[in-house]
Order: sequence, then C-alpha cells, then structure tokens
Amino acid sequence: MGSHYETLNKDILDVQKIREEFPILHQEVNGKPLVYFDNAATTQKPIRVINALTEYYSGYNANIHRGIHTLAEKATSAFEDTRKAVKDFINAREVEEVIFTYGTTDGINLVASTFGRANINEGDEVIISSMEHHSNIVPWQMLCEEKGAKLKVIPINEKGEIIFEAFEKMLSEKTKLVSIVHVSNTLGTINPVKAVVDKAHEYGAAVLIDGAQASAHINIDMQALDCDFYVFSLHKLFGPTGSGILYGKRSFLEAMPPFRGGGEMIKEVTFEKTTYNDIPYKFEAGTPNIADVVAIKKALEFVEEYGKDNIAKYEDELLRYGNEQLQTIPGLKFIGTAQDRVSVISFIIEGIHHFDIGMMMDARGVALRTGHHCTQPLMDIYNIEGTVRASLSLYNTFEEIDIMVEGLKNIVERFK
Amino acid sequence: MQKPSINDIQDEIIEAFSLLDGDVEMANFYLMELGQKLKPLDESDKVDENLVKGCQSKVWLKTEFDKDTLRFNADSNTAITKGLVSLLVKILSEQKVDDIINADLYFIHRIGMNRFIGTQRSNGFAAMIKQMKIYAIAYKSKMERKAS
Repeated sequence: MGSHYETLNKDILDVQKIREEFPILHQEVNGKPLVYFDNAATTQKPIRVINALTEYYSGYNANIHRGIHTLAEKATSAFEDTRKAVKDFINAREVEEVIFTYGTTDGINLVASTFGRANINEGDEVIISSMEHHSNIVPWQMLCEEKGAKLKVIPINEKGEIIFEAFEKMLSEKTKLVSIVHVSNTLGTINPVKAVVDKAHEYGAAVLIDGAQASAHINIDMQALDCDFYVFSLHKLFGPTGSGILYGKRSFLEAMPPFRGGGEMIKEVTFEKTTYNDIPYKFEAGTPNIADVVAIKKALEFVEEYGKDNIAKYEDELLRYGNEQLQTIPGLKFIGTAQDRVSVISFIIEGIHHFDIGMMMDARGVALRTGHHCTQPLMDIYNIEGTVRASLSLYNTFEEIDIMVEGLKNIVERFK
Repeated sequence: MQKPSINDIQDEIIEAFSLLDGDVEMANFYLMELGQKLKPLDESDKVDENLVKGCQSKVWLKTEFDKDTLRFNADSNTAITKGLVSLLVKILSEQKVDDIINADLYFIHRIGMNRFIGTQRSNGFAAMIKQMKIYAIAYKSKMERKAS
C-alpha cells in the first residue's frame, strides 16, 4: 500500500537514494528489517558524517586554537568552518553568536547559570509551557528556588497547543525570561514561537527557544525569529552525539558572566585576577568536542543538499499517511493533535500498556519510543503514564509505516 | 503433593523456552500467556508499599509465611513483565526460606533472557529477585530471633 506513495513522493525526495547514505538502516533486528522510528530521540548518521570523524582522527587530530603547527592549524580551521556553517544554517547575524555546547540540556543550563543568575532575582518570573522537556523545566526550577523567583506555566488545550491568551495574561514587568520549546518532542506541536518572542519583548522579557526537535524538521532563522537565545542538539540533526549549539544575541552573550572556568575562556590569568576571552570562546572552556564539531559540517551539508522545504514537505506526507493508517487500529487514541505539527505521532492503545507495545514492536524490528518522553508534567495533564511515540525522519518510508501498522494490529488482536 | 525443587522448576522452564528457538516475538507472547495464568493481586494490595523499586513498569510483590516456607503473590501493570514475574513466582513461591536465599537462578542465563528483555528490563528483573531474597532473609532472621 505504502509503496504507491513512495513513487508519488519521489519528486519531493528520493528516499531510496537517501537511505543508501545511512549504513545503519540496512540491518535486521530480531530477524526482521530494521524500521527506525525513534528519530526524536536521536537521528541516524549519514556515511559522510561517519567518514568525517574517521578522517579527522586519522588525518589531522590536534588541539585547536593554540598550537601553531600544521595539524593544529588544520583542526582549528575545520572547527571554525563548522561554526560558520552553523551561523549560515540558522541565519545568525554574526559567527560569534554561535557557541558550541554538549547539547540542548547543556545550553539551557549555561543560560540559566549565567544570564539567569545575573538577571533573575527575588520576585521575578520565568515563564515556560506545559509541554516542556524536563531539561527546560528543571534548570529554571533550580534557579527560581535559589533566587526566590516564580516559575509560571502556560496551559495547553486538548489538542496540545499552548493557549496564547493565557500566556499574554501571564506577562508583566516581573517577567524576566520566557523559555519555550519550538517543537514538542512528545506531541509534535509546532509552537507559535515568533508570536511568543514578539509578545515577550513588549514586556522587556528575554526569550529562549528550545529547538531540539525543530532543527531537523523546519527552518530556523535567528534574524527572522528575533529570539535572544536558541538551543539545539546536533545529534538530532544527523550529527554525532555530545555536541550542541547555543545561539545568543551578541549583546546578551557579552553582558553574561562566564559559565565554566578553565583554559580557552581566558584572556589573561594571574593568581590575583583573570580577564575573560571574547565571545564565543568565553563560553567554551577546556578542549571542546573537536571531532564531532568538525563532522557536523557534513550533517548540515546533508540537510541543505536535500533542502529543509523538501524535507518538511515529505515528512508532512509521512505524517498524514501515518495518522490515516493508525486511525484504523481499534482502541488507538492520538495524544497531541495540534494543527501545526512535525512528523511525531504519539498514541496510546486502550487496554495495552505502552511498554508491552514497545517490546512487541521491537521483536518485529520496529524501534518505537515508549514512556513519558521526559515530559512527566505533560503526561499528568493528559492523565496518562506514557505514550508510544513514532517519530519519523526523511529516510523513513510509507512502507515502513505499513509495517508498523500491521504489527500494531497484530498486537491488538493478541490482546483481545 | 510436595512442591518440586527450585532446580526442577528451572529445568522445566529452560525446556519450555528451548522450544521457542530463540524467536523474540514468540518469547514475548509466551511470557504474556504465562502472565495471564498468574493469579492477579487484589486491587487493595496494589499499593506503593508493595511496589518493587527499580522496575520500569509497576511490579507489586506480596508475601505470606507458612512455617519455614514463603509464598509470593505478584502482579504487574504490563503484560510481558507480568510474565517475567510469573516465572519467579513459579520457581520461588512456596519454597523453603533457606532454599530461596541460596537459590542459584541459572535459568536466566540458560534461556538467554538478556537477549529478549534487554538491559533495562534485566535490571528490573534483578530487582525483583533481590526483593524476594530480602523477604526470605528478613523472615529467617525473624524466626531465628524468635527461637533464641
């Protein structure tokens, strides 16, 4: 059934050609061809990214920024080339506004510990939404507790969309920061972040956007969005694990105190006093994750080669087909039905625990995520313990959706 | 009728699993069937104090003592885990306290459980076993205190 759609959508994206770039996809799991539907957790890596890692370690591994020898020079320039590529990818104004981190969580903690500690005081307010990942809840809870500030939460409607009017009412001169997810990892909802940024700015509040799930699916444009901080992980964007980006507006980054102390982030050190380096280095203490950062350039090239617009168009078709097919399963209920969504489908099936579904689908070679997806407060709102989540990427096919749906139908049958 | 020994039951389980020929899906379905046969706990016993810590899914474990033996009743909110629990109940319930404490549960390795339940569930499974042995040890020391 799905193969028909494959042919129909070949003009948008040649998925078979893309799949050839991903060695990991061509394997059997429990005797069945692997269907990888856990892309919201981490995406797989194209061979050009894997090769870039090998080439770095076998060709020009050296510590960056300080050595004057040839290898150090080569490694430094490859590292900084990625920074430029990221700047273009997110359309930041300046390359210095791109800080390398270890991931989204690291980026949020950096902002909480520096901007947060310096600017949020007793009686101030921080606003997040009901659909935040724990990594965009806990750092702010910790900060608010330390400072005596208040954490406010934007409610959502039944479909899993933020209630904008409620958000507007929460804003006041006490609001120092709004930190909100661009795309929900559990529901797939795309939040109206531009409107959030504009509204928050009217009250002089800074805005951080958690782009962990957005970066692989939709265009992210820092100048158009005008947010003050944007964080994401590169392993969800076809890059290696352990690397991420913090974008910050120059004026913010310059005013912020440093995060970690150590090498690289200093200008001059005496036992009496240290002066700090300029941005971005002020926030990159110690030897960074050089190899992974170097390889990330290839991941960005991969995405740009196929084009975010084409990727989004193809994934929208996958989402539409997935929703349509899953609807035919008796007792299945979607969790999150927002109008504006990426290709993430969360659901529960009446009478069958999500862990059982996850294990039985794994036995059929289908990798799904089950549980609370690090959004326990959101699960509480829906009054459920967890969901089954299928998160689709550009290398997934309509036929794979058929395999998942057939498997689920089989499980439902067994539980009757 | 006397309850078969811990090792006799383990050998039976090993035999049954060998028929599944290492097929993960079949092993899952088999576990589910076993779970369905396990006598469910009363809802009133599914309380936090009976929960086994360290399991991803909820597992409730209740004990009853009868002279020198210990009876286990258990349940889970997920079908496959309930099957796993049922294996332990089948082996360890109504056995002598000393035998429970000293049991070498070799069937886990022999049926290749790690392969079909994965590391995360294996940890939960180990937590269940630990909890059962702790109950046995606690009961034994209580009996010894009483005797002295």
